[in-house]
Amino acid sequence: MNVKYNNEDKLLVLELTEEIDHHSTEKIRRRADYEIQRHMPRKTIFDFSGVTFMDSAGIGMVIGRYKIVSMLGGKVSMVNVKPSIRKVFEMSGILKIIPIEDCA
Amino acid sequence: MDNVTENEMTLEFLSKSNNEAFARVAVAAFVSQLDPTIEELADIKTAVSEAVTNCIIHGYEDTQGIIKIKCKIFAGSVHIEISDNGKGIKDIEAAKTPLFTTKPNLERSGMGFTIMESFMDDMNVESIVGVGTKVTMKKLIKCNDELCSSIGE
Repeated sequence: MNVKYNNEDKLLVLELTEEIDHHSTEKIRRRADYEIQRHMPRKTIFDFSGVTFMDSAGIGMVIGRYKIVSMLGGKVSMVNVKPSIRKVFEMSGILKIIPIEDCA
Repeated sequence: MDNVTENEMTLEFLSKSNNEAFARVAVAAFVSQLDPTIEELADIKTAVSEAVTNCIIHGYEDTQGIIKIKCKIFAGSVHIEISDNGKGIKDIEAAKTPLFTTKPNLERSGMGFTIMESFMDDMNVESIVGVGTKVTMKKLIKCNDELCSSIGE
């Protein structure tokens, strides 16, 4: 995962760079939570451009981070989500609270 | 023609989470002989990943066991059977309910069976508590007519 933080906008961009499943989410979760707690961003964006596969583990991972970010008063969104991954998110209904934006 | 369109494979591997990627990629590679679309292949990979993950975190929990995948190609469709000898499911109907999970602490979304059901054409769960669980899934690979007829010749 590549991390970009813009202090002026308090914007944290987490660029996911691997397939997302039950195995990989553990590591992603740990790193994302560390960055969120370190920066206390106003906005956190998950950039999926490097993600070629995601199963339902990704839903839990994003919702989990959303809970932490919301508690700290921030917002979460996602960008560059491929159709096959969007389909998984659409099933869960989470796009109503965590939107997919057009670009980063 | 029949022996060209029928095929079968079996895989057995340990219930380690780093085998999740191996399992879905292996099944996808086997299915690719039916010339699926990228979308069909993504659906199959996702469904396999969900089933295998269930075996690991629910079937075997923190223990280690064997997960078995049987894959058959028949009449343009793929039949996938994924089974474990784990603890089994007490209430299959509850388990299949969207958002139902027995492991919310692991940030599980409870969408596994819902995804398998909607990404595949057919999905069936058999389970005996203390014996194991078997998930059977089927997907018809839609055929590109021109391509199919040229292969048939």
